[in-house]
Amino acid sequence: MNNQPVIACQDIHKKFGQTEVLKGVSFDVFNSEVIVIIGPSGTGKSTLLRCLNLLTIPDQGKVWLEGEEITAPKVDINVVRQKMGMVFQDFNLFSHLTAIDNINVGLEKVCHFKKNEANEKALMHLNQVGLVDKKDLYPGQLSGGQQQRVAIARALAMDPVVMLFDEPTSALDPELIGEVLIVMKNLAKSGMTMIMVSHELGFAREVSNRIIFMENGVIGEQGSPEKLFTNPQNARTAQFLHKINELYGSTEEEQIAGKDVL
Amino acid sequence: MDFLKGTGVTLRVTFIGLLLGMALGLPLALMRTYGSKPVSKFAETYIALFRGTPLMVQLFLIYFGLPDFGITLERLTAACISLGLNSAAYQAEYFRGAFTSIGLGQMMAARALGMSKIKAIFYIIIPQALRLVVPGWANEAIGMLRASSVIFLIAILDVMGVGKVLSGRYFTPMASYSAVAIIYVILVLSMGWGLNKLENSLRIPGLQVELRK
Repeated sequence: MNNQPVIACQDIHKKFGQTEVLKGVSFDVFNSEVIVIIGPSGTGKSTLLRCLNLLTIPDQGKVWLEGEEITAPKVDINVVRQKMGMVFQDFNLFSHLTAIDNINVGLEKVCHFKKNEANEKALMHLNQVGLVDKKDLYPGQLSGGQQQRVAIARALAMDPVVMLFDEPTSALDPELIGEVLIVMKNLAKSGMTMIMVSHELGFAREVSNRIIFMENGVIGEQGSPEKLFTNPQNARTAQFLHKINELYGSTEEEQIAGKDVL
Repeated sequence: MDFLKGTGVTLRVTFIGLLLGMALGLPLALMRTYGSKPVSKFAETYIALFRGTPLMVQLFLIYFGLPDFGITLERLTAACISLGLNSAAYQAEYFRGAFTSIGLGQMMAARALGMSKIKAIFYIIIPQALRLVVPGWANEAIGMLRASSVIFLIAILDVMGVGKVLSGRYFTPMASYSAVAIIYVILVLSMGWGLNKLENSLRIPGLQVELRK
């Protein structure tokens, strides 16, 4: 296995109007690595993720997937995107299709699978996320956690080499976060290369190989979870991690109190 | 010549007008929402023109005006074309509303899977838009049914045309035009009922606005 990064970006810049959100971000991700990107809101974490599969086109900078430069002019981005799975904060399931058809549509219309082959594969991936019994339900009939798991299955069905998660649990009720994190943990264990933007520090600490702390449109610091949590180099990193721990603590208490009131 | 035949003419012209309107309106909406700047601008201009001028004026321009350029159309053809071109502008706006309300996320998810823009529009956006557009489209359909009455001005014997002739022949404006009104009410109510059935049959489980809350 050569030591070429699965996905790499160099000097990514992105401006929205007058605001420069990304001011020169570069990093590599190697096979089977689980990367969690953390940082204050507005530092461009989601933008960075969307620059990796060119859903957002960077103003400057390059991105490579398995050694191929995907920001080069003649690249067919649709073919490239088949190798990168993305999971969104708002799930974005196709609301007019059942759970299983959400997965089928990509297999049939993009990968040109035959109907029964697609169905078989879709069932397998639904099974992977534990939702085979919900296959004929529409997204509107599923809970948030179930929708997100279907979304993960939908992305996995394309057999990507890397999975991108944009705050996958931020829109979920706390009770439902667990079921999604379990799926993601298993995915990580199976060796999938994952890049995740998340506030789930517990998950980051437990599962990730490397945490990237972003601040002001650049990478403030990156390193293993142990390093960042116990001995961060950057003062801002320490401050952020401390605040988040505090915040999460009080939020949990508030929620428990709230439940009693309701 | 009687009200039954007149109703037939009204319904036929309305139906063709709506169909033509959809055939033009849907692409116009796509141009407005997903097209490049010049394409979008063209669609915007068309829509502004046909919504910004009265249907009657458009009808007269096509039936009375085009012959000056060597294009002489038969009455019914001119009527259907005018209604179609006009409806296209309104339908385009209803479709555009549907596209917009679907939200960027659906398109992003489709593109993230590797679908081209065209595939995403065809397999993901349009199926959802067709369901979202039904209330607006129903509105346009009923509007078209009533607006079609204007074609009597170019001597077509639609419901209104028949009413006018009968009124003149028997000196009974009140009776004749009341009959016209009643026929339109019946037609509009029937159409509304039918479109409501359509909307219910297209409903996606779990999705969409429960207006009856």
